[in-house]
Amino acid sequence: MSLDAFITRETIDGADDGPLAGHTVAVKDNISTDGVRTTCGSAMLDDYVPPYDATVVERLKDAGATIVGKTNMDEFGMGTTTETSAFGPTKNPVDESRVPGGSSGGSAAAVAAGEADFALGSDTGGSVRCPAAFCGVVGIKPTYGLVSRYGLVAYANSLEQIGPFARTVEGAAEVLEVIAGPDDNDATTREEGADATYADAADGDVEGLTIGVPTELIEGADERVVETFEDALADLEAQGAETHEVSLPSVERAVQAYYVIAMSEASSNLARFDGVRYGPATEAEGNWNETFAAVREEGFGDEVKRRILLGTYALSAGYHDKYYAKAQDARAWLKQDFDEALAEADVLASPTMPVLPFELGESLDDPLQMYLADANTVPVNLANLPAISVPAGEADGLPVGLQLIGGAFDERTIIRAASAVA
Amino acid sequence: MSETPVDADEVRHVADLARIDLDEDEVDRFAVQFADILSYFDALDDVPEVEAEADLVNVMREDEVRDGLSQEEALQNAPETEDGYFKGPSVS
Repeated sequence: MSLDAFITRETIDGADDGPLAGHTVAVKDNISTDGVRTTCGSAMLDDYVPPYDATVVERLKDAGATIVGKTNMDEFGMGTTTETSAFGPTKNPVDESRVPGGSSGGSAAAVAAGEADFALGSDTGGSVRCPAAFCGVVGIKPTYGLVSRYGLVAYANSLEQIGPFARTVEGAAEVLEVIAGPDDNDATTREEGADATYADAADGDVEGLTIGVPTELIEGADERVVETFEDALADLEAQGAETHEVSLPSVERAVQAYYVIAMSEASSNLARFDGVRYGPATEAEGNWNETFAAVREEGFGDEVKRRILLGTYALSAGYHDKYYAKAQDARAWLKQDFDEALAEADVLASPTMPVLPFELGESLDDPLQMYLADANTVPVNLANLPAISVPAGEADGLPVGLQLIGGAFDERTIIRAASAVA
Repeated sequence: MSETPVDADEVRHVADLARIDLDEDEVDRFAVQFADILSYFDALDDVPEVEAEADLVNVMREDEVRDGLSQEEALQNAPETEDGYFKGPSVS
């Protein structure tokens, strides 16, 4: 039975030698691959073939990895379940009646099912960590600026990073080591991480590690999730870590701020899909604006239209100050809260997702309910910080993810802490 | 109740600004969903103003010629081209 984890299966060979030689990697379908179709899960890019490789793809190939295909995803990364894909939903390999999470659901499912050793996803508001949690694998969202976004089809540039999936913490760290570091083609990349190593940080040593637990990220989570999370935390304490509660009042506004900013950026970024440089040819008659609007009606799915329209609204005359400007204030407030909490703790811990994996079809009719499921992941993107999701155990036979958040460019500490989670 | 009521006309107006045609079903469905979502966004009203210090520096580079896409590569995904150019509909 197919999981529909891949949109395109295609083998791209890497160099003969390198740290990832002999390993297979699946790549999310919004990351450009020279000569290999890259759809972003959208009918708009059904037959789009990039003329160049994303920087991360070049680095994988140089490291000797074999790319095995392009993975299914929510359309343009907009979703929490991989059900908004124009190519149909991916199934969760742990329980095929459930969603794999999203938006990088195909990447997580491919790794969980053993169809690839590693995978790349992109994380704008949790799109690596959510599917990692739902499929029971490890996923890392790097610090903003650690990994090049050159060749990643943009959804919300100020929030997104490409990140790795693997079945072990060490494996995810190995892939991060290959893709991290500055890139002339992405001016938002930083020097930190140029020579950093990550795999050797996965040594399981948490003696003396201080872990802050934000109460706001526990309240409101499913009881079964909280119980599994607390067991994992107790296990870390037994290994010598110390935990204490912290309060981050700003996270109560994170989902609102995230969606206003992400939708606003999306409304601008997706303006390029006008059916002239790429996109479906239509029979539409009329002037530029009319043809443009007809192509976009045909090429975009519901969730993408919803986000473009709401983003356009939030930026429009009379509403900019009420929504966009306030969301930027909330973003600054969040950064401040995280800085304070991380001054008193090495890492912060929470359940990655407040819920267990949804049933297929369960959440599609109520977009707001779907947005609320991102409550624990979006604050990290708004604060530009790194986070990892590691399997914490199971509840009712379904995977629960533990999220560890670190200071900027302190990936080594979250990797070390995650490697101690049983 | 949201402070920002959304009706079908408002959805049509925004769709027009965003250059996306919508059918009547979509307009009605989006009007209901947008009212719900925007009313949730109203919670941003009580966010305090925070002084944000960006610890960023400009990244500069020499302005020099580098390899880019060939004209053929740039055009390869276009539905319609003519004499090496993208071909679009008339502007007005």
